[in-house]
Amino acid sequence: MENTNIIELKHVTKSFDDNGFTAVQDFNLEVKRGEFVTFLGPSGCGKTTTLRMIAGFEMPTSGEILLNGKPIQNLPPYERPINTVFQRYALFPHMNIFDNIAFGLRQKKTPKDQIARKVKRVLSLVDLEGFEERRVSTLSGGQQQRIAIARALVNEPEILLLDEPLGALDLKMRQEMQLELKEMHDRLGITFIYVTHDQEEALTMSDKIVVMSEGRIQQIGTPEDIYNEPKNAFVADFIGESNIFSGFMTGKMKVRFCGGEFACVDDVPEGTHITAVVRPEDVEITSPEKGMITGEVTSVIFKGIHYEIAVQTGKNEMEVQSTKAPKVGQTVGMSIEPDGIHIMIAEDHTNRFLVDINSDYRLEYNGRLLYASLTRLIRGGKRLADGTIVDENGDPLDLKKTKILASIQPEDIEMTDDAESGLVEGNISNLIYQGDHYSYVIHTDFGQDFVAYDEDLWNMGDRIGLIMPTEKMTFTLKKQGR
Amino acid sequence: MKKTVRAVFLCLVLAALYLPIVILAVYSFTDSTQIGAIHRFSLHNYVTLFTTPELIHMILGTLLLAFGSAAIATLLGTMGAIGAFYSKERTGRIISLMNQVPVVNADVVTGFSLCILLVVVLHVSKDTFLPLVVGHVTLCAPFVYLAVMPKIRQMDPALYEAALDLGATPGVAMRQVVIPQIVPGIVSGFGLAITLSLDDYFIATYTKPATFDTISTYVVNATKGSQTTIKTALWALSTVIFAVVILVVLLMNVRRPAGSAALERGKD
Repeated sequence: MENTNIIELKHVTKSFDDNGFTAVQDFNLEVKRGEFVTFLGPSGCGKTTTLRMIAGFEMPTSGEILLNGKPIQNLPPYERPINTVFQRYALFPHMNIFDNIAFGLRQKKTPKDQIARKVKRVLSLVDLEGFEERRVSTLSGGQQQRIAIARALVNEPEILLLDEPLGALDLKMRQEMQLELKEMHDRLGITFIYVTHDQEEALTMSDKIVVMSEGRIQQIGTPEDIYNEPKNAFVADFIGESNIFSGFMTGKMKVRFCGGEFACVDDVPEGTHITAVVRPEDVEITSPEKGMITGEVTSVIFKGIHYEIAVQTGKNEMEVQSTKAPKVGQTVGMSIEPDGIHIMIAEDHTNRFLVDINSDYRLEYNGRLLYASLTRLIRGGKRLADGTIVDENGDPLDLKKTKILASIQPEDIEMTDDAESGLVEGNISNLIYQGDHYSYVIHTDFGQDFVAYDEDLWNMGDRIGLIMPTEKMTFTLKKQGR
Repeated sequence: MKKTVRAVFLCLVLAALYLPIVILAVYSFTDSTQIGAIHRFSLHNYVTLFTTPELIHMILGTLLLAFGSAAIATLLGTMGAIGAFYSKERTGRIISLMNQVPVVNADVVTGFSLCILLVVVLHVSKDTFLPLVVGHVTLCAPFVYLAVMPKIRQMDPALYEAALDLGATPGVAMRQVVIPQIVPGIVSGFGLAITLSLDDYFIATYTKPATFDTISTYVVNATKGSQTTIKTALWALSTVIFAVVILVVLLMNVRRPAGSAALERGKD
C-alpha cells in the first residue's frame, strides 16, 4: 500500500541547552497529504517550537522528521520544500510587493517571464491584483497577511506552515480570513499545518487537531472527537466551556459527582474514580423538585444567543447555558441527560475544590482560614495596606468573579476520628483496597467528595475529619467565563 | 525681568560656544600675525593653506586615514554587531560588555598599549602605517558596533528566517534582507568613525610614522613652533573645517525629517 503520509514526526524532543527547558517531548504525529492539521494549546505548550522544527529553524534534540518517508531533520530551512506564514507577516519592508513575492522564485533562478506570471497568479489568488508596485508600509494588516500567504504559496510548497497567522488581526477580519484560508486549502490541495491558541479557530478550520500542553500531545483527533470525547481534564477544559468534576462509579452506568447520582452511557466498573465532563449546554434547568441536583443561582450573564448561568450546589459550581434566565438567588433543579455526561477514567485522583475568598481577601474553606498567598496567583497582584488585593492595573480584585481552585493529592490527606479537628468532615461512602493502602471516598456535607488514601481500614459510613495541610495544596486561579 | 535674564544667559552660552571660532574665522581673513589689531582684509592665509605642499599633504593624509580606517572599522563593527545579535544570549551579552570597555577607556591608554604591543613586542615598524591604521580601527569599531546594534534590535527577527524559509542561503539572506534593514545604523556608524579618526590625537602620536602628521598632531606641533605663516594658515584650516561641519550638520537636518518619516511608515 502506498504511504500517503506527507510528513511524520517520530519521538521528536526538543530541549534548549542554554536553560535546559524541554519545549517538546516525545512528539509523534502523522500528517496525510492535503490535510489541514492544527496544533492547539496555550502559550508555551511547545506548538510553535514543533512548527519551527518542521520549518527547519530549530533542530530536534532527538527523534526524526520524515518528509515523504525521508528524514529531513538535519536539512537547513532553505533546502526544505516547506514554506511558512509568520505571525507578524515578516514581509521585507525595503522591497515592494512584487519583489517580496518574487524573492523565493528568484532564489530558485526561475526565468523572469515565469516569475511575472506566477506573481500575478498568486496575487489574484489572494484578491490583491495590481498591488505589485505598492510598498509594504502602505498596506493594512489584513492585506499584509494576504501578501505573506501569497509569498509562501508562490513557491508551490508541499506543506504550508502557518504560525498564528491571524493573531494580529481584529475579530471580524480574523473570521473572514479563517473562511478564506479554509477555502484556499480546499482549492489548492496543499497540506496546511496551522498553529493557534484559539480553540474556536481550530474547531472551525481543521481536519485534525493536535491538542498540546507542556510540550506533550494531549489528544489527536477530529474537531468533533476533541469536543465530544476529550481524553483528559486538560483537553475538556481547554476546548470549549466545561464543568469538570471528580467522582466515582456507583453501579452499572451510574456515576456520582457534584453531590448527585446520574445515569451515564459509559460502562466503567463500579468504584472506579472518574472525571466527569459536562458541557454547559447539556445542563437543563428545571424546577427544584424535578432536578437531579439542586442549587442556588449565583450569577446570570446575557450572552446574546443564550444566558450564562452559574449555579452553586453544595461546594460545587455548575456553569449552565440556557435560553431562559432564572433569577439570581433562586433555587433551581438541574438535570443532565446520560449522553451529556462524558466519563474519563481519572488518571490521577487529585482532589480539586473551590475555595472562598473572604472579605479580608484571605483564602477560606469551610469557614476556616487557609494560610496561603493569594497575591501570587493574581498577575501583577499586590496587597495594599488596608488588605485589598489589586491586579496589575491597580483595580481591586472582584471577589464575585474570582474563583480559586485548590488541589491536593489523596496521599496528603490524613483521616482522623476526631471529626471536628479536620478542615472538613464527612462520611466514608466507598472504599477500595489498592495493594498497600485503602482508597476512600469521603462524602462531605456540601456534596463535595474527597479521595483519601490510608493504610488503616475504616468502615463504610464512618464519620471522620480530613486534615489537609495547606502547604500540600496547590492553588490556581480558575479561568473566567468569557 | 525674568525674560531678560533668560536672554542674557542664552547669549552668554552661545557666545562661549561660538565666539572663539568666530574670532578665529575673522582673523583668518586678515593679514595679522597675531590676535590683536586688524590691519586689513587678506586671503593670504588661504593661499598658504592650499599652496604649501606640506599642509596639503598633511590634510589629504589625514582624510585618507580617516576614510580608510572608518571603512575597515565599519566592516568589523557591523560584523561584530550582527554576530553578537545572532549568538546565544549569554555570548551576545559578553560581547556587548567587552565592546563597552574600549569605548569608555581613555584613548591615551589604547594608543600607548597598542604601541607597546605592535612596535615593542611584535617589532612592527611605525613607518608601515600599520600601527596607526590598527589604532584608529580599534578606536572606531566599538562605536560602529554601538551605532548598528539598535537597528538590528529594531528589526523583526523573523525577516532573516523568512528569507531562509523562501530558499535563500544564509549569505544571501544577510546581504539581501538583513543588511538593507540596518543601513541607517551602518551609515551613522561610518560617520561617527570618520569624526573619531579626525579628532584623535593620542593614538596618532603613539603609533604614527615620524614623517607623517595628522591634522591634530600637526596643529599641536605647529602652535608650539615659531613659523607664523603656518600658524596663521591653521586659522584658515580651522575655519574651513568649521564650515564643512556646519554644512554637514545642515544637510543632515534638512534630510532627516523626510528620512525619519519614511522610517516610521516602514515600521508600521
